[in-house]
Amino acid sequence: MSAVDQNRAASRAAAGGLSLAALAPWIAAIVALALLPLVFSDNSAITIMNQMAITIVFALAYNMLLGQGGMLSFGHAVYMGLGGFFSVHLMNWMEDDLVALPLPLLPIFGGLFGLLFAMLIGSFSTRKAGTVFAMISLGVGELIAACSIIVVAFFGGEEGVSGDRTYGVPVFGIEFIRHVEVYYLTAFWLIVAAALMYLFSRTPVGRMANAVRDNPERAEFVGYSARWVRYVSFCASGFFAGIAGALFAVNYEILTEENLNLATSGTILLVTFLGGVGFFYGPVIGAVVFTLLATVLKLQTELWQLYVGALFVATVMFFPGGLAGLIAIHATPWRLGKLGGLAVPYLKTLLPGVIGLLALCAAAELAFHNREAPAGESTMGLFWMEVDTHSPLTWAVVAVVAVGGLWLANRGAPALKAAWDEATTPSDGGRS
Amino acid sequence: MSLILLNLIDGLVTGLLLFMLSSGLTLIFSMMGVLNFAHASFYMLGAYFAYQISAAIGFWPGLIVAPLIVGVLGALVERYGLRRVHKYGHVPELIFTFGLALLIEEIVKFFWGTAQVPFLKPESLAFPLFHIAGNAVEAYKIFMIFISMAIFIGLLLILTRTRVGLIIQAALSHPQTVETLGHNVPLIFMGVFGVGTALAGLAGVIAGPVLGTFPGMAIVLGSIVFVTIVVGGLGSLWGALAASLLIGWITTFAASYNVGLADILTALGFERPEDLSETIFRDAWTLTLPQIGPILPYLLMVLILVFRPYGLFGKREV
Repeated sequence: MSAVDQNRAASRAAAGGLSLAALAPWIAAIVALALLPLVFSDNSAITIMNQMAITIVFALAYNMLLGQGGMLSFGHAVYMGLGGFFSVHLMNWMEDDLVALPLPLLPIFGGLFGLLFAMLIGSFSTRKAGTVFAMISLGVGELIAACSIIVVAFFGGEEGVSGDRTYGVPVFGIEFIRHVEVYYLTAFWLIVAAALMYLFSRTPVGRMANAVRDNPERAEFVGYSARWVRYVSFCASGFFAGIAGALFAVNYEILTEENLNLATSGTILLVTFLGGVGFFYGPVIGAVVFTLLATVLKLQTELWQLYVGALFVATVMFFPGGLAGLIAIHATPWRLGKLGGLAVPYLKTLLPGVIGLLALCAAAELAFHNREAPAGESTMGLFWMEVDTHSPLTWAVVAVVAVGGLWLANRGAPALKAAWDEATTPSDGGRS
Repeated sequence: MSLILLNLIDGLVTGLLLFMLSSGLTLIFSMMGVLNFAHASFYMLGAYFAYQISAAIGFWPGLIVAPLIVGVLGALVERYGLRRVHKYGHVPELIFTFGLALLIEEIVKFFWGTAQVPFLKPESLAFPLFHIAGNAVEAYKIFMIFISMAIFIGLLLILTRTRVGLIIQAALSHPQTVETLGHNVPLIFMGVFGVGTALAGLAGVIAGPVLGTFPGMAIVLGSIVFVTIVVGGLGSLWGALAASLLIGWITTFAASYNVGLADILTALGFERPEDLSETIFRDAWTLTLPQIGPILPYLLMVLILVFRPYGLFGKREV
C-alpha cells in the first residue's frame, strides 16, 4: 500500500525528468558524506563509517533480490566474498607489478567477478522464486563456503588471503595510506552504486522485477519471462554485492571464509529486513542502525546479539515493513497535519514500554553477570550506575520497573490505537 | 569388509538421527508449506534441557521430559509466532523461523554459555556391546538405532492406521474440506508442529552425548537436515527416510576412505608437478575424500534441485 504510493510518486518524478525534489535526497547525502569525516575525524569513527558504507552497498544489493524481486537468499555473502577475494588478488598482482591499476577502479573488477558468478549460479537458481530459490541459495552458499577451506590457491584456506592496498597507481598523488582517503573512496562508490541501483529499479526490467515478485503468472501473460526478469535482477545484485566485497577488501585488506559463510549471509538478511524491504532507502537505515548496534552496543554488553536477535524476531512479527515502514506509516498523519496529536499518546505508551524493556535487558545483564563474573565480584556498571548484582533490592527495583513499565504501556495501548485511528482519518468525515 | 560393516552401522546411526529431524520437518512442511529453519534449534534445546534434567535427576527421566517440554515450546511458537506471520506469506515465514533460529542460539548461549556442556551418555549403556574385527560397537549406538526405528514405525502406524492419522493426512491435502467436516484444523497444525519439534527434541537428547552439546550444534546439523528433506522430496516421509540414510552413509563412508584426487589424476595419466606451490591447480593434488565429504550433501542437493526439483520421492515441486 504505502510502498505503492511511494513508487507512484517516484514514477511521477521520473516521468517529469530530473526534478530538484527528486535530486534533493541525493545531494543531501553527498554533502553529508563529504562533511562527516570533518565532524567525526578520529580513526575509529572513520572505520565505523566505512563499515556502514560497505554494509549499505551490500544491503541495497541484497534488497534488489528480497525487496524488489521477492527472492529470499540465504547465500548472498558468496557474491560479496568472491568479489572481495578477487580484489585482494588484484591488489597482490598490483604489488607484484603484474597489473597497473588505480585503486579507485578496483570495485569495478570486484563487481564484474561477482557478476560472473551470479551469471553462472543464477542460470539455474532463478528458475523459481520462493522456497526453491532460498534452498538453492543456501546450498550454493554452504558449498562455496566449504570450498574456501579446500581451494587454498584462491581462498587461502583457513587464514584467508591478505593484500596491501597502497600499491595501486596513485590518483592525484593519493596512495590510500590514510584512513580518510579510504573513506572518500568508499563514500564515492557508495554514492555511485546506490545511484545506479536506484536507476536500475526505475528501468523497465526493474519495474518488471516488482511485477514478477507480486504475481509471476500475470507478468508472464503481459509477455515477460519471469525467469529472465529474475535472472537479470540476480546478476545485477551479484554485481553490486561484488562492489561491496571490493570495498571490503580495500578497507580491511584481508578476506577469509567468514566473508562467505551462512552467518554473513544471515546478517545481511537481518540488516535489510530490519531496515525495511519495501522501500529503496530501507536497507540504508538498516545498515546504519545495525552497524551502530554492532559497534556501540558490542562495547557495552556481551549480550548484544541476544538483543539484536530479539529485535529481529519482533520486527518480523509486528513490523514486517521494518524501520522504513514505521517511518512511512506516519506519512498519512503528516499529510493530514495530525502528527502532533500522536505525541502525547506516544509518550504515554512508548516511553513506559521502552523503560520496561530496558529493565528486562537489565535483568538479563544482572543474571548474566551473576553467572559469568569471577567469584566475589558482585558489582557491575548498569546504565551508568554501579549496582550490586546479588542484592535483592537491585532485583526488586528492576522487577518493579519492568512490570510497571510494561503494564503502563499495555494500559496506554487502546488510547494510542484510538489516537492513531483519529490521526489517520481526514477530519472532514472520511471520503476526500 | 569389517570396515564396511562398521561404517554401515555408523552411517545408519547418523542417517536415523537425521531422519528424526527430517521426518518432523517434512510433515510440518507438507502441512504449512513453510520450511522451519529453527527445526534444528529445537533439537539443540532438547539436548540442553536433557542435560539440565540429567544433571538433576538422571538421563532416563530427561529422555521423556525434555522432548515434552520442547514439544510444548514448539506448539507455542506455532500458535503465537508462526500463525501471526502466516498472513504475510511464505517468505516472511521463512525469515521468521530464521530469526527464531538466531534467537534460540543466543538464548542458549545466555543460559548455558558458549562452551560445550558435559552431557554424558548413561553409564548403563556405556559398554561395548559386541566387536567387529577388534572395533568395539557401543551399546549406546544400538540404543540410538532402536529408538529411532521405534519412532519411525510408531509414526508410520499412527499416520496410516489411526483415526487421528487419517485426519492429519486429510488436513495436509484438503484443509478446508476437513475444517468443513467439523475438525479444528488450526489445532491439528499446532499439534503436528508440537509433535515434530518434540521429535527434534528427542533426537537432541539421544544425539547430545555423542555429537556434543554446544551452541553451534543446531547450525552444524540444521543445514544438513534441510538438504535431506529437499533431496528426499518435500513432504514425503519415505523420501525423508531414504535421503537421511543416503546422506548418513555418504558422509560416513567419505570420512573413512582416504582416497585422494591425486591418485585418480595419476591413474588418468597426469603427472604430478614437481613444485606444487607454482601451479594454480595445486589444490587438485592435495584434495582427499574426507576433505570433500562434508560438502557432498550440498552438492547432491544442488544437483537434485537442478535436475529433479521434486526430489527423490516427492510428488510436487519444491
